[in-house]
Amino acid sequence: MKLFEQPAHVLHDMLVNKEITSLELTEAVLARIDEVEGDVKAYLTITRDVAIAQAKAVDEKIAKGETISFLEGIPGAIKDNICTKGVKTTCASKILQNFVAPYDATVMTKLKAQNPVIIGKANMDEFAMGGSTENSAFQKTGNPWNTECVPGGSSGGSAAAVAAGTAVWALGSDTGGSIRQPASFCGVVGMKPTYGRVSRYGLVAYASSLDQIGPITKDVTDCAHILNIISGRDEMDSTSVNEEVPDFTKALVEDVKGLKVGIPKEYFVKGIDPDVEKTVREAIDKLKELGAEIVEISLPNTDYAISTYYLISPAEAATNLARYDGVSYGERAEDAADLVEMITKTRTQYLGEEVKRRIMIGNYALSAGYYDAYYLKALKVRRLIKEDFDKAFEQVDVIVCPTAPTPAYKIGEKISNPLEMYLQDACTVPLNLAGLPGISVPCGYSSDNMPIGLQIIGKALDEETILRVAYTYEQSQSYHNDRAQLGGN
Amino acid sequence: MKVTKKDMENVAVLSRLDIPADKEAQYTQQLNDVLEYFDNLSAVNTDDIKPLAHVLPISNVFREDVVKESLDRDLALSNAPLKEDGYFKVPKVLED
Repeated sequence: MKLFEQPAHVLHDMLVNKEITSLELTEAVLARIDEVEGDVKAYLTITRDVAIAQAKAVDEKIAKGETISFLEGIPGAIKDNICTKGVKTTCASKILQNFVAPYDATVMTKLKAQNPVIIGKANMDEFAMGGSTENSAFQKTGNPWNTECVPGGSSGGSAAAVAAGTAVWALGSDTGGSIRQPASFCGVVGMKPTYGRVSRYGLVAYASSLDQIGPITKDVTDCAHILNIISGRDEMDSTSVNEEVPDFTKALVEDVKGLKVGIPKEYFVKGIDPDVEKTVREAIDKLKELGAEIVEISLPNTDYAISTYYLISPAEAATNLARYDGVSYGERAEDAADLVEMITKTRTQYLGEEVKRRIMIGNYALSAGYYDAYYLKALKVRRLIKEDFDKAFEQVDVIVCPTAPTPAYKIGEKISNPLEMYLQDACTVPLNLAGLPGISVPCGYSSDNMPIGLQIIGKALDEETILRVAYTYEQSQSYHNDRAQLGGN
Repeated sequence: MKVTKKDMENVAVLSRLDIPADKEAQYTQQLNDVLEYFDNLSAVNTDDIKPLAHVLPISNVFREDVVKESLDRDLALSNAPLKEDGYFKVPKVLED
């Protein structure tokens, strides 16, 4: 394997053993960007000079014989809705096209303490609204496995960068599947931690009761290491949970014997691609062979998850995005006669179509006369969806199902039909509504050789068990060693 | 159609958005399609079910009220589209 294809844990050992320098590694990743970024377009900002300087500093430390942390000197990408001090943070929106974050998100502060090399900011659907990264105001990202296909979304740039070898690791954010689904589409590992596990301070808000930051990596081992770094209570986010953070790498054990794995029948119904069903069923058989006990379960309110999610998340978004008024930051439209006209013109001119659509759905659902029928109703069904999981987890340790109903589709194929796009999120949104952790690991390919992901769902704050199942499955296969064929590779 | 032209105009005002005349029919249709789909929720019996706004069993998180360093004023103003004398500047709000 080439350097840019290796996972972080292998590269870390190579750095420690002085087989490579961080500068060699960083230059290999930057050369890979020169080679393939024109086709993949995963990045909105590339901080090349900073990356080189960071790498050199790490090499000096190693030369002096100092010990280095896990991510030290290893290049990664940050989704562009995570505030990075002194670096543009655009959310792939024209309204923030010149916004330079004046502070670091808590996850950035935690990461920077580890001294990684930050390559740049990754493309996404505008304000994380979308499942294909086609809603970026700036560029469409190509899936490294077939650049005519979408990388998924909204963290499509993060997943594509890891899959293309233009980043070793990345951070994404997941409101309704935005880490897990692009990980599935791009053949990499992505985890949404339990709501509250990772601080949201400095994550540009989309839907505050659902948003969560998480890692996108080449394998489960890297995922556990990065989760260790970013987790924990933060007084800047009052919804971050005050629970001890375990060492997640201790969960990397090849053993699922006796674990009860629930298979929700509602996730294998209409609309599921036959290749997805086949590969996910094979993965379930594999878990059984490895000693897990397979239990069929029912999550009866699954059918209502899309409606519930697409009422709650736009309602929260309508509120959160009211801040884009052209006053304190972001773009401002010119030639307005008064304040309200200035705000209206600014938002009309600089927000994209899907963002406007969700703001309007949200305001409709929250408006007088419709609040009870839509928003309040959705909150009640949200409780029923959560209770489905509570009941299921009385019986089983983890739940396993597809991450997405289909593999990656062609750019442009679904974008004109918003409802069809929303229906793609059926397997991922229930976890966000219930606040549960979930991971997507590669489990095979479609007949067109596009990756397919297996989703493993855990109890709240039990990332350890899903990591254990994911690791055991991963090690029984070789998908985590496969790389997209791209450029000269 | 559930959403009328008037509803659409109302929601645009609430959202502080202008809907261009040539997009109005398309936006109305799309909003209607989505709302019609959402109607599947009416089949769910939610009598006696409490709304769930937030999954965590926490509320009212307090901390000591101590003075801490906050964002520097120049930095806080650094992204402002228009500023003057250390303030954000907006079109006149009050009448003379």
